[in-house]
Amino acid sequence: MKISRKYTVTLAACAASLLALTGCSSADSGDADGDDVTIGIVELNLSNPFFSTLEKSTEAAALEQGWKVTKAEAKVPGDSATQVTAIENMINMGVKAIVLDPANATALVDVVQKARDAGILVVTVNAALDPIDAADATFATDNVEAGKLIGAWAKAAGPKDPKIAMLDFDLSDGPAGGRHDGFLEGFGIDDSSDLISATALTEGTIETGQREMEKVLSAHSDVNVVYAINEPTAHGAATAISSLGSKDVTLVAVDGACSGVQDVSDGIVGATAMQFPSRMGEQAVEAIAAYLDDGTKPPAGLNNSGVELITDTPVDGMESQDSAWGLENCWGDK
Amino acid sequence: MGARELLGRQVTLTRPVGVAPGELQKKPAARTRVRELLTHQVTGPLAALLVAIIIFSATTDTFLSAGNWSLIAQQSVVVGTLALGQTLIILTAGIDLAIGAIMVMGAVVIGKYALEGNPVVALLLGLVVCVAFGALNGVLVSLAGLPPFIVTLGLFTAVTAAARLYSSSASFPIADGVLTVLGDGPSIGGVQITYGVMLWVAMTFVLGYVLSSTAWGTRLYAVGDNPRAAELSGIKVKRMLLTVYIVAAVIYAIAAWQSLGRTPTADPSGYATANLDSITAVAIGGTSFFGGRGGVWGTLVGTLIVVVLQNGLTQAGIDSLYQEVTTGALVVVAVGLDRIMHKRQER
Amino acid sequence: MNEQSTVLKARGLTKHYGHVVAMDDSDFDLRAGEILAVIGDNGAGKSTLIKSLTGAVVPDSGRMYLNDEQVAFHNPLDARKAGIETVYQELGVAPALDIAQNLYLGREQRKRGILGAVFRQVDAKAMRRGAAEQMSDLGIRIQSIRQKVETLSGGQRQAVAVARVAAWATSVVIMDEPTAALGVRETNQVLDLIQRVRDRGLPVVLISHNMPNVFQVADRIHIHRLGRRIALADPSKITMDDAVSVMTGARKPEELDGLISGEGE
Repeated sequence: MKISRKYTVTLAACAASLLALTGCSSADSGDADGDDVTIGIVELNLSNPFFSTLEKSTEAAALEQGWKVTKAEAKVPGDSATQVTAIENMINMGVKAIVLDPANATALVDVVQKARDAGILVVTVNAALDPIDAADATFATDNVEAGKLIGAWAKAAGPKDPKIAMLDFDLSDGPAGGRHDGFLEGFGIDDSSDLISATALTEGTIETGQREMEKVLSAHSDVNVVYAINEPTAHGAATAISSLGSKDVTLVAVDGACSGVQDVSDGIVGATAMQFPSRMGEQAVEAIAAYLDDGTKPPAGLNNSGVELITDTPVDGMESQDSAWGLENCWGDK
Repeated sequence: MGARELLGRQVTLTRPVGVAPGELQKKPAARTRVRELLTHQVTGPLAALLVAIIIFSATTDTFLSAGNWSLIAQQSVVVGTLALGQTLIILTAGIDLAIGAIMVMGAVVIGKYALEGNPVVALLLGLVVCVAFGALNGVLVSLAGLPPFIVTLGLFTAVTAAARLYSSSASFPIADGVLTVLGDGPSIGGVQITYGVMLWVAMTFVLGYVLSSTAWGTRLYAVGDNPRAAELSGIKVKRMLLTVYIVAAVIYAIAAWQSLGRTPTADPSGYATANLDSITAVAIGGTSFFGGRGGVWGTLVGTLIVVVLQNGLTQAGIDSLYQEVTTGALVVVAVGLDRIMHKRQER
Repeated sequence: MNEQSTVLKARGLTKHYGHVVAMDDSDFDLRAGEILAVIGDNGAGKSTLIKSLTGAVVPDSGRMYLNDEQVAFHNPLDARKAGIETVYQELGVAPALDIAQNLYLGREQRKRGILGAVFRQVDAKAMRRGAAEQMSDLGIRIQSIRQKVETLSGGQRQAVAVARVAAWATSVVIMDEPTAALGVRETNQVLDLIQRVRDRGLPVVLISHNMPNVFQVADRIHIHRLGRRIALADPSKITMDDAVSVMTGARKPEELDGLISGEGE
């Protein structure tokens, strides 16, 4: 019968794929002997190497503990709905703890509370919820600190007559806002300072960094200090700067990806503040292990996973590491 | 020769009649009815859903629990509501790629206004905004005659950007109350059934009734199936298309309200994949993209399949990327079969 | 009903499109109880004439009479309100809907009382009954009015379109090349059906290029040429060749015997 064939095939396809997948699940997780502990990891979109590094290190640390891991990620930046659904499902399946990189600071507060009410330890990595104590603990880069480091360095190592351009990301994003504010503080100025020639919003990518830098330079050709939200943005800005033939421009960024550190080594970027995503994941797992052992909760609030200034032009009074060290300790593809 | 009243007119018969009218009206034999039931549009997706449920209940103890099903229902409401609107549009052989963006715009308008203003007014404002964009879609498709794919794609880009501009890319926290009420609901026998779930199911009933039992519904199917024939029958096709996009936009506004009950934040960067999710639910539910065939009950099942997959695979410990692969595969199968069947009918 | 009375009459219809003369002072006569075939070469202007009768085109000048009352159609809806319905060459049915739904498409019947008025529920049972009677009466062979039209052959689909038109038309049925898309056997079925429609009291205007079909069913033939009617012929009195030659201008109407009326008024 012609029409019923459609449904038989649909059924068969559905059944086959489901069987295959659930068959895989038992192969996926590590051996769990004794405790049958599962933790959940909820990340942001994995196409960004920062987040995938973070997830991988968290998962690796968890598997080392002998735990099972179930993962979920937001489909696109800002996709809090998928994260909410994932956490609900994890509560239902009985995870013992959740490591979360929130897509939105306020949207997840309620569901995290539900998880904590069920006795699940919830820690966030990389970004915090609002209010920060909505989670049991936060393991992240102190982005303000990162901003301060590069701000102070730029002031000391940069030109005497600075004209600053700031290439930001959406400032309501925690890390973005923190770095912006930190840079200003480190430089000793504020948003209304005359030293700032221009600010622009980028998507935190190479293309948008290049595009915005080009626009800024055509309006203010005398810009000589550039703050970039992250290294891809800085890389794009550097391309714009060299193609427009500008003179020496001091460029600073935050991240610590290997490609970014390479830029420092090549002299394209003056200094970068390195983050340690792997440490974030490891610290989170350590905290969970302690909690599962005897109920010790990690220190609430922000636990700094560390930030280091990487530059080949060190400045007196500021601790820093050179790019060689940076290349050994960076994250992402070398 | 005798006179017979036919549809209100007196006529004289000059020839013997064909098959007796009583014969023609008879319900088909039981065997045929069983066959009709088996090949009914909803049967296939329903069977697929049952298979999924059976498999998942084997891999996860808690899958069949009432608590989990309460969860699945709640997780279905936003995409489920959106998919209802999308069903109406796809029935006209159209498509709405701006669906998620319009909903998000509505949510953002509600969120921003509700910071200082009355929440009910905020909801109404959101409704107005959604309807305005829906009407724009409708006008461009019906009066200007532009292809829905292009029109709604353009609107998707424009409205997404508009939402960001309007909110300055910030998200708005939503206070408890009228705006989040759809996330609340009574606990019956220890299982929570939210008002949102009740609303979604009620809407499905209403739309199902409209589609199956009203003239508007029949005409909608006709417009999607053969717009030329509909036009020739005196149906105002353009007006119908315009109306459909507006009705759908009302549904999107309700979906925005549902989203606030799920997550008390109006986020312009949220629900970015809602358009594809809603189309997926409609496709898996068996409604044909060529128009004229399908309905909202199939879409409800399609929505459940999508959510059950997400729910079940996560709890089976499988990475969410595999969920997307599976869902995508199902859509391809559903749409591919739809196309094959359509080709058969064209002969 | 008086067999000789004129149902639809037009005098002096004219239509210009810029310099192009689409209708040039044309007449038209349709009698009760007849099948009037309208034939004409491509570009002769017969579609403009027919469109004037159905309201799709508004003539620049001329008068039309329906049952001896003067009428003017400004749009197709006016013509339909006057009881003139049309079947087109393309199969104007919705395959996904069933036969009953197709017959009542655009004219759905609502249930009485609250269900109909407030909930706007259609009376599916009544529509099925009406549809069944109509189909049965016209002798159209189908299995059930619950059948989806997609399960029908091309000829049956056209039969459904004809049945619809015959159900709703109260004065005139116009068929514009109804069998052009059909095979031989199905064409005969439809022609048969057209005769039955006429037998039930509806006069039929049949536009066709197919001479054998025309001569098979027509009671009279309206020959259209150069924007006007140049002859009204009795198919029993002239041959197909005669008709074609008059249509193409190879011969003048006066040359033939058996013409009911020649050129002009």
